[in-house]
Amino acid sequence: MTAKRVSLTVNGRGENIAADGLTTLQQVLREALDYNSVKDGCTQGSCGACSVLVDGELRIACLLPAGGLQGAEVTTLEGLNARNSTSVIQQSFVEHSAAQCGFCTSGMIVSAQALLDENPAPSRDEIMEAISGNMCRCTGYLPIVEAVASAARKLAKGDGA
Amino acid sequence: MKAKAEMDGIGGGGHAVGQPIKQRELDSHVKGQTLYYEDVKVPRMLHLKIHRSPVAHARILNIDTSKAEQSDGVVAVLTYRDVPATKVWSHFEAIGAAPGAEPILAVDKIRWKGEPIAAVAAETLSQAEDAAAKIKVTYEKLPSVFDVDEALAPGAPELFDCWPGNHYVFPDDHKAAQIRFGDVEKGFAEADHLVEHVYRTRPIEQAPIETAGCVAVPGSDGRYTIYTNSQALSTTRNSAAEIAGLPVARLRLVGGTAGGGFGGKVDMAIEPMALLAAMKSKRPVKYRFTREDEMTVSSTRAAWRVSIKDGVMRDGRITARHVITHQDIGAYLRNSIYGAFKHASHMPGPYTVPNVWADVYCVFTNRTPSAAMRGFGVMPASFAIEMQMDRVAKAIHMDPWQFRLKNAFRNGDMKAHRREVWDAALVETIQAAARLTAKDLPEEYRQMSSAKRPLSAPRIAGG
Repeated sequence: MTAKRVSLTVNGRGENIAADGLTTLQQVLREALDYNSVKDGCTQGSCGACSVLVDGELRIACLLPAGGLQGAEVTTLEGLNARNSTSVIQQSFVEHSAAQCGFCTSGMIVSAQALLDENPAPSRDEIMEAISGNMCRCTGYLPIVEAVASAARKLAKGDGA
Repeated sequence: MKAKAEMDGIGGGGHAVGQPIKQRELDSHVKGQTLYYEDVKVPRMLHLKIHRSPVAHARILNIDTSKAEQSDGVVAVLTYRDVPATKVWSHFEAIGAAPGAEPILAVDKIRWKGEPIAAVAAETLSQAEDAAAKIKVTYEKLPSVFDVDEALAPGAPELFDCWPGNHYVFPDDHKAAQIRFGDVEKGFAEADHLVEHVYRTRPIEQAPIETAGCVAVPGSDGRYTIYTNSQALSTTRNSAAEIAGLPVARLRLVGGTAGGGFGGKVDMAIEPMALLAAMKSKRPVKYRFTREDEMTVSSTRAAWRVSIKDGVMRDGRITARHVITHQDIGAYLRNSIYGAFKHASHMPGPYTVPNVWADVYCVFTNRTPSAAMRGFGVMPASFAIEMQMDRVAKAIHMDPWQFRLKNAFRNGDMKAHRREVWDAALVETIQAAARLTAKDLPEEYRQMSSAKRPLSAPRIAGG
């Protein structure tokens, strides 16, 4: 299979990568660019551990062919770490012990950020819907839902953003 | 104690109970900066794919790896012939509790669908997968057993020559892990009611989000390092060294943060294959379960069948408890003895019963080998006991809370294992649960305490 060159932006930095028809964004981010926050839990789109933002939209990197991402703007948790709103979410995760083994956490926080970008005052049901593509085997989800709700309240009061 | 607690970041003057304790890696978890085994990159790494059996029980007539060896990108193909030292192993061989019986790569027999037969190390994972699919194995199929009743029936197909009758034999020639305390027949004769039932659990997969995986790296000093997410570093190092014929000093295992385990990463399922492939190819070798592997070939929790017979008085005192448990451990022993002992140790539950008899079997079937999961052997014991407690309470028309309080351990009671209870807390736990749920308990039950036994119940019998 022949690889083509693709230019895209990852976490604000211009990258030029090689991708054949089967190269996924997950492979590009993890293997070529060393963004370790993008986890590989299933390689089949079912666990959400590789969740990233592509042009601001929440996407599962393991199902996304990298070859079609010419000009795209990709953001991983490494990129979000600089955002104030993300640090409010992260602080809420810490306060609510919303991570145990940590393997789902990166994707979970990317999903939470995508939700709050679109809906700054989500209901409990909307939070659960937003993280329904992110599997967690440790926490039982409740601390995560509470952490996201608490982050939304803090951001609404202006502690961040 | 205090110094250690402070070191661990536990506040409150060394008291951990009731204090929120921050998970050590929480700050790095939320930033995506925690390093897992797979985040460590090693140059010139090969990828491993295992050719596994599509049949559950068979004799192997021939293994043909010639096409796989010619396949693109392949660096090494391994079968049992490439296992240098211990071709069949057991964690328990070193302590004399079980002979080696599980092959790293199948030798002459298949005992479960998914049993590893050959390993292919290639430059890329897809090359390894392509090559592994080209391996041809000729089988002579054998009749299979998939259930403990089938496996224990006279004349059933047997999995092992060393374990006739398809059950493990415990040290000192016991067919089961046993408890003998008092006289259950006498207890049944005294009882007003007998209540019998059978409780079953199904195998389930631990399903950590990070699948089991490791990278084995040959060092320039003749030593090997395995980066792994194992939950059992020491036993895995010892067993892997034994299989590879390496002195333990030449094998180093580097663990760290695992992306979940829940018992599913206790069994040594991946490290020896990566190590042997690294030894043969002289290159670093990565072997990780895909999600499909994790769901189809990694160890599950066993299927347990717990048969309980209780004798009980009209006033709620249990006079005798008789338990027979069959743990369907699947095709290989692995750590199942440990689960059987934990299960037996948990009998007859946190209740003072003067006459107890229990037999806990490990039964071999042609199913996926089983392993630990969240309270190895204890969960099925608690499940069966507490279902039975409800059933018995109903049979004597007694409130199940009161029935439990009446029989709960008190300090000074003798357990069926002949250890005196000194830290009982069930009475207070049930009372606290009652307060939280607005459950109305009569004064007599609100006044109960782990420190003293009600006059109506015998302090101890049996012995």
